[in-house]
Amino acid sequence: MVLALLTVAGMAAAMGLRNAVHCVLALTLGFVGIAALYLQLGAQFVGLAQIMVYVGAVAILAVFAIMMTHNPESANSPVFSSQWSLGCIVATAVFAVLARAICSSAAFTQLLPPQPEVTVHQIGDSLMHRYVLPLEIMGLLLTAALIGAVVIAMDRREEMK
Amino acid sequence: MNSLQNYLLLSSLLFSIGLAGVLIRRNAILVLIGIELMLNAANINFIAFWRFGPDPSALTGVIFALFSISVAAAEAAVGLAIILAAYRHSRTTDLDQMNSLKG
Repeated sequence: MVLALLTVAGMAAAMGLRNAVHCVLALTLGFVGIAALYLQLGAQFVGLAQIMVYVGAVAILAVFAIMMTHNPESANSPVFSSQWSLGCIVATAVFAVLARAICSSAAFTQLLPPQPEVTVHQIGDSLMHRYVLPLEIMGLLLTAALIGAVVIAMDRREEMK
Repeated sequence: MNSLQNYLLLSSLLFSIGLAGVLIRRNAILVLIGIELMLNAANINFIAFWRFGPDPSALTGVIFALFSISVAAAEAAVGLAIILAAYRHSRTTDLDQMNSLKG
């Protein structure tokens, strides 16, 4: 319960604060809360991967991007777009529909099954046997994304001279 | 805080917060962060359904969440690179001012 409150508070602050760097710090708090929820659900490896990938990489990347695109002139412009009330209505409607569907469903009567024993050894074993093809494709995707990100972000003006 | 329903409600709340951020923020980087938040809400669903599902020892939910995290990381890298390229082109990350398609 405390973890859920922490996560929601961090994420809401990340979407509502004025200073973009403060937003990313609040977002980091929310990601840590989500990782703690994974640990609570018994998925230790996913929780630690969440901390490594999101807190360690994505948040740092976002901070770098914010600092590289920082524009002091826009410090006083409004944070929210011109149609923010419409966006709020859509988001609230989506949450209302989802919550209604969840609360009215009859599929949630079962009790908590016993805690499964998931070791990193088992995860590595299944990644190397049953899921080896998805793992290879994921490696290819990450390589392509890395090269693509470098190519897109590269400054082309020096080449043209 | 230990039934499947509560986890699903939490993840739908996080999804809605991310959706609101995507729709109302002006800064392109924060819009991308909102998309990350929605992906995280989906990951919470994967783990919760795995934990409360009929066969938690099958590891499918864990593996699916791991692959989903990897795809989200790749998406964040490419998205931020696109934002940097657009910033270099138009000198702004304000989405209300990025309204030109003429190049």
